[in-house]
Amino acid sequence: MSSLAISCRQLVKRYDGKPPVEAVRGVDLEVRTGECFGLLGPNGAGKTTTMEILEGLLDATASEKMEVLGLEWGRDDETIRNRIGISLQETRLSDKLTVLETVNLFRSFYRSGLEPIEAIRRVSLEDKCGAHVEKLSGGQRQRLAVACAIIGDPELLFLDEPTTGLDPHSRRELWEIIRGFKSAGRTVLLTTHYMDEAERLCDRVAVVDQGQVIALGTPVELIARLGGQHIVDFSLSGAGNPLTADEVQALPSVQSVRLDGGNFTLSVTEPHVALPGLMNYLQQTGREFATLTTRHATLEDVFVTLTGRHLQEGEEAA
Amino acid sequence: MSRRALHPLGHLVLARIRMFYRQPEAVFWTYGFPLVMITALGLAFREEPKTTILVDVVGPQAEAFQTRLAKDSRFKVVRPAESDWKKRLQSGKTNLVVETGASPTEPPQFWDEPRRADSLFAREAVENVLLHELVPERPAIAEKHLDEVGSRYIDFLLPGMIGMNLMGGGMWGIGFVVVDMRVRKLLKRLLATPMRRSDFLLSVMLARLIFTLFDMIFLITFGYLAFGVRCSGSLLELSLVMAIGGTSFAGIGLLVASRAQTIDAISGLMNLIMLPMWIASGVFFSAERFPEVFQPIVQALPLTCLNNALRGVMLDGDSIVTQWRPLLALVAWGVVSFTVSLRIFRWK
Repeated sequence: MSSLAISCRQLVKRYDGKPPVEAVRGVDLEVRTGECFGLLGPNGAGKTTTMEILEGLLDATASEKMEVLGLEWGRDDETIRNRIGISLQETRLSDKLTVLETVNLFRSFYRSGLEPIEAIRRVSLEDKCGAHVEKLSGGQRQRLAVACAIIGDPELLFLDEPTTGLDPHSRRELWEIIRGFKSAGRTVLLTTHYMDEAERLCDRVAVVDQGQVIALGTPVELIARLGGQHIVDFSLSGAGNPLTADEVQALPSVQSVRLDGGNFTLSVTEPHVALPGLMNYLQQTGREFATLTTRHATLEDVFVTLTGRHLQEGEEAA
Repeated sequence: MSRRALHPLGHLVLARIRMFYRQPEAVFWTYGFPLVMITALGLAFREEPKTTILVDVVGPQAEAFQTRLAKDSRFKVVRPAESDWKKRLQSGKTNLVVETGASPTEPPQFWDEPRRADSLFAREAVENVLLHELVPERPAIAEKHLDEVGSRYIDFLLPGMIGMNLMGGGMWGIGFVVVDMRVRKLLKRLLATPMRRSDFLLSVMLARLIFTLFDMIFLITFGYLAFGVRCSGSLLELSLVMAIGGTSFAGIGLLVASRAQTIDAISGLMNLIMLPMWIASGVFFSAERFPEVFQPIVQALPLTCLNNALRGVMLDGDSIVTQWRPLLALVAWGVVSFTVSLRIFRWK
């Protein structure tokens, strides 16, 4: 078996219209068997489109190569369908069916797979077996969607924004379920616009923006590429003449500076060197902090550094 | 596990049936509403044999004239106050007013309402009594009455209601359900599994036919119990006609649903298709009442075909062989719709 669960090169999806919209503009991806791979990006970045092409639900406008589990859509559809599991963004399953009936129905489509009750147990919905879908909370519905995705005991699991709109507790529960699935040696491809989700759950992350992969690597690698793994955020009180980014850039241990409104974000290698340097400089030049925080760098910082925008900003290219 | 043994098609049909009976409102609109409608229409258009003739008699000789009319038991004679009778005639409380003269020999005057058939009929009847008095030894004429079940309005209406229900069931039961699943992205989700597309389409149609079966049993039993409506042809052939109708409209429903992406779109489309047929296809009154020029179109409509075949079997006792024309047209509608919808169906 191929050690790549997914491999695609120069994936393009163009929607005809005036003007035509290129939702995916030449994406290359290689997802290794056994890893949890995340597509991280803002809304409208092309994550879902990429995902649905790989799931065989959308046709690509063009691609140089596209293999899922070493097979190709259009030739081995039934085989692929039997070996993958999918949770779409926002599927509303039939309200009037119970949890068990829903899972039973999905089980009937697969040649082999889990016992329905086992799938329900894995997503901790045993207590809700007889409950109608309409009576479930958002988190429970999402867990049911995952149960339906894993019912065929897939080698490869696609999860499109599995935790969007869920409360923190429900999100953590879902993360546990996904980790459990991965620990059995299975592969997961998920999309998210939560950087913490990508950081905690994913072995590797592709940062996607405007239909292209703009960075690829483990969360640690990506953060390391910022130059500093620590972030210093500060702003100044009104008094004194304005501080320029160049002045700050010149200070010891400072790798990069971003100025957004009146807020400075520094990426630094050694906070214990950078902070005293910054404080001394401000004191000498007669300036004062309004706010000051230090923290570890996140994938959010990676995204902002690469694009100048935040992950959760507007949905312009939807 | 026994559940596992069930084919996906079985699971899909079972799921459809569960979704249906767990929605009381859907059950009412499918089964209750037609019964309510047929009861209301059956009662409103109940036709009682015309046995009484209402006549008002006024004037000096009123009492004597009343005795003359009393020989015929059909007359119901009232002697109102002088000031009342005109109003009674206007408001339809009486059919005819006889104003008698001063002496028994003076001929009476009749007041009728020439626009009302029963008023004219009453006048003829009273005149007849007067004429018969002149020829007392007329030979008695034997009277026979045609009072056959099968010629009433309700007998005409029930097959129309069955046809209308088969159309509504096929259209809503398939069109609406499929588009709802598309809107929910459930269709897409199912497509993401190894489920066979044909299983899905078949399941929606099979479930529909099962609901229809109950629907038809209800309507026919109800028509029989409440109004004594009978089927003069064979029940088996009637079932066959209904099965053909139900399947055809399921195909048309699928066609209507094959591209629509919103509930509004499908509702509009279905009304656009069903409304003309409710009116033109002879549900409530005969389709032949439309002008001759429209007949080729009217007769080609699938609901007209179905209603004609249903009435042929139920009212005229025809066999389906006699009704091959509308049935063939119906099958053609179904097959063409189904084939086209398979080609253009929007799965993704």
